[in-house]
Amino acid sequence: MTVDAGRAQNLTDLMRDSAEPLIDEWVGVVAALLRGRSTKTELEADFREFFAALLPVVGSDGKDIGGPEFTDLRAFLEEYSRSRVRAGFTPTETASSVFSLKRVVFDLTESSDDPQMFRQLMAFSGLLDALGLLTFESFARVREEIIREQSEQLLELTTPVVKVWEGVLAVPLVGTLDSARTQVVMEKLLEALVETGSEHAIIDITGVFAVDTQVAQHLLKTVVAARLMGAECIVSGIRPQIAQTIVALGIEFGDIVTKASLADALRHALRREGVDVVRSEIA
Amino acid sequence: MPPRSEGPEELPITADDDVVRVRQLVRTYAQQTKLSLVDQTKLVTAASELARNTLIYGGGGFARVEEVSDGRRAGVRASFHDEGPGIPDLTLALADGWSSGSGLGLGLSGAKRLVDQFDLDTEVGRGTVVTVTKWKR
Ligand SMILES: Nc1ncnc2c1ncn2[C@@H]1O[C@H](COP(=O)(O)OP(=O)(O)O)[C@@H](O)[C@H]1O
Ligand SMILES: [Mg+2]
Repeated sequence: MTVDAGRAQNLTDLMRDSAEPLIDEWVGVVAALLRGRSTKTELEADFREFFAALLPVVGSDGKDIGGPEFTDLRAFLEEYSRSRVRAGFTPTETASSVFSLKRVVFDLTESSDDPQMFRQLMAFSGLLDALGLLTFESFARVREEIIREQSEQLLELTTPVVKVWEGVLAVPLVGTLDSARTQVVMEKLLEALVETGSEHAIIDITGVFAVDTQVAQHLLKTVVAARLMGAECIVSGIRPQIAQTIVALGIEFGDIVTKASLADALRHALRREGVDVVRSEIA
Repeated sequence: MPPRSEGPEELPITADDDVVRVRQLVRTYAQQTKLSLVDQTKLVTAASELARNTLIYGGGGFARVEEVSDGRRAGVRASFHDEGPGIPDLTLALADGWSSGSGLGLGLSGAKRLVDQFDLDTEVGRGTVVTVTKWKR
């Protein structure tokens, strides 16, 4: 697949004329690189689209990649990177798919010693570098999106039990509680009560969007279990809309101590511990 | 927040996580429809109860959520569908504190109190559909 040396050639025309063998070769190289994790058919479909978007901008050296004539290409690469992230490919593997086209095109023009062609190839190389870096950027952006999604879910999973004072534990519940998570948190709290010998536990639900009967049931069970262990639970941060919902559901919190805020709950617990919190006048 | 959606949206209910997802979808619709915070919380809580019943007693199914209008006001409607055993004694099931399992027995009756419209369609051996609507005030 080489061209007659000596004849002045335009790289765009050359690539258009050799589109089929070029794509074929490119797919082959990348398929080998990815060791079968993408089928040739999948790659071919992607690369055909890429190639079609690329042809009109061959001749550019990639410095104007933010421009309007690159809109299609940028959109394609963004989507390509997105699908690669989701499929578990590394950024290097993704960018390499783009860089691989260089070698294939270089091979095609191997025997050309036309200085004109050489200059075009240099520009093309710059263009593909810029496009490869673009996939890196898209890749990073998409990965950030995914991480953000996951950390939101994680936040719901990791609810810390903290010791706020000698003898007083607090656990802030955050986000959307499902029964499994509430149960885990409640178990952790009971364990921590034993470990630390604390007699007070504050369960703060300021960050909870909704309390349904199952979450309430876990709360009630925890309070009863804690009581059997000689500890008192205080539920704080019941916002007005949650209070109204709990009442409408018909849930009875009985003689459980509830406080408007975590601070109120702490003050209550400390008083029970025999600690008096007074504001001191600083002269 | 996901983009504003047209028409009803459906989500499967086959695992515990799905209950959370349904709740979040209902919440999105409630926010889009600009229900008050109290009404959002009430509707989401009702959805949570019904989705869990679909999962636990109905053996799984799906939820459908949509924005509705009665000409005067907008609202959010959510329905919960299963092809489980159905509810043989509705009076009992709707009684406060009765549970055939180990729940508080306040899900159905509570959900009914939390919404503006509550329809229960059930047939033994065929399944259950519960539809709730909350109107914007
Ligand atoms: N989708 C359903 N299919 C079959 N039975 C149901 C369904 N939903 C509720 N039930 C019955 O109604 C009872 C009351 O439900 P509910 O008020 O939510 O209380 P709980 O979930 O605490 O049992 C359940 O225990 C169950 O027997
Ligand atoms: Mg229930």
